Amino acid sequence: MTAHDVPGGAAWSLRVRPGREVRFTALGPGACCSLLLLTSDGDRLNVPDTLKAQMSARIAPPMVLMSDRGVGLASVTGSSLDWHDALCGHSTDRHVTSHASYQEHRNDRRVSARTGLLSELRKRGFDRTDLHASVNLFSKVAVAADGALSLVTDHCAADDWVTLRTEVELLLVMSTSPHPLDLEWKPADVRVTVTAAPPDDGPRLSRAESARALDAAREVLA
Amino acid sequence: MTAVLAGDGHLVMLPAGATLRITDLEGNQAADTLLFDSADLDNRYSAVDTVREQANAYLTTGSALLSTDLDVLATVTADTVGRHDTLGGACSQESNVIRYGTHTRHQHACRETFIRWGAPVGITPRHLTHNINFFMNVPLTPDGGLTFADGLSGPGQYVELTAARDVYVLISNCPQLNNPCNGWNPTPIEVTLS
Ligand SMILES: [Zn+2]
Repeated sequence: MTAHDVPGGAAWSLRVRPGREVRFTALGPGACCSLLLLTSDGDRLNVPDTLKAQMSARIAPPMVLMSDRGVGLASVTGSSLDWHDALCGHSTDRHVTSHASYQEHRNDRRVSARTGLLSELRKRGFDRTDLHASVNLFSKVAVAADGALSLVTDHCAADDWVTLRTEVELLLVMSTSPHPLDLEWKPADVRVTVTAAPPDDGPRLSRAESARALDAAREVLA
Repeated sequence: MTAVLAGDGHLVMLPAGATLRITDLEGNQAADTLLFDSADLDNRYSAVDTVREQANAYLTTGSALLSTDLDVLATVTADTVGRHDTLGGACSQESNVIRYGTHTRHQHACRETFIRWGAPVGITPRHLTHNINFFMNVPLTPDGGLTFADGLSGPGQYVELTAARDVYVLISNCPQLNNPCNGWNPTPIEVTLS
């Protein structure tokens, strides 16, 4: 088993084999984990394709996270929450309005999700060109009838969790800096554990579209 | 003024201050659109940054079309329709397979058009992100649903973009035949630069 606690306001990345369960656990209330998914041959998460194929404005079990090339990269196999935001991107340096100086604040310096994600992407040979819409695990942005978007601030409690099953080999790149609509800097730590995934036909049986994305994952390598 | 037939693309360099009008000539025709800072292709239109900063999921007059770096690339300065989608993405051969089955794998699709018409200025598949669907109606619901609904557009409806810096505007006049986003009958649009 691989386990790592990502402190609030930090970034991390890991490569994961197919067929693993990646469990994200909020270690405090109000966690946000902005997550990017890429493959080593340049495919990546496509949030609009994921949402429209499954007729959803949120990420929740038993959805399949789909790629630019129509591959089911990972399945959302379970969660204590019924809504994870994917509409609002991740924080940038413009959202980090104080504690920008290491000289002054030492390890309390605040880093935006964008800065952290780009650093992890670049370590792995990717760059700005590879940025794409993130899934913001543990965050909910409510959508009103007129399209107005607002962050639900009490959505995530300590111990809330979500599990992904990797369907292909994946690079997961994540930041635990606060959601860009969160005006307070109170980031929670997030525990990431990786184990063998138990069998779960929920995503495949949920919709024909999800099943076809999972079929494509099986056919990535002929 | 240029007519862009269904299934064709259009790439225009829109200088800062210039305005592009896109007209839905016959109604209910999706015009899939991407914008790029012509001096930095990675500083490209970002749907999620745009909707978050305006705190609304739909685009209409006054919407600032933001880049990945949160620069204003262009502003929507006129809109006779009322709202446009930017969260439904473009059709692709691969996503058509997911949505409609393997028999659609080799049908024409917007992503193919973006790749072909973007290539002359160095826009590659890596640069393609989540686009605007002018004239398309993709309502989100408070309970977290997303649907493709009948278009709000009609013959002669238009939208105008005014560039805030020199931008490439890359358009695919959507050839999708498997859902009602083009009224089951893709038709021409018209692009006018002023
Ligand atoms: Zn299309």
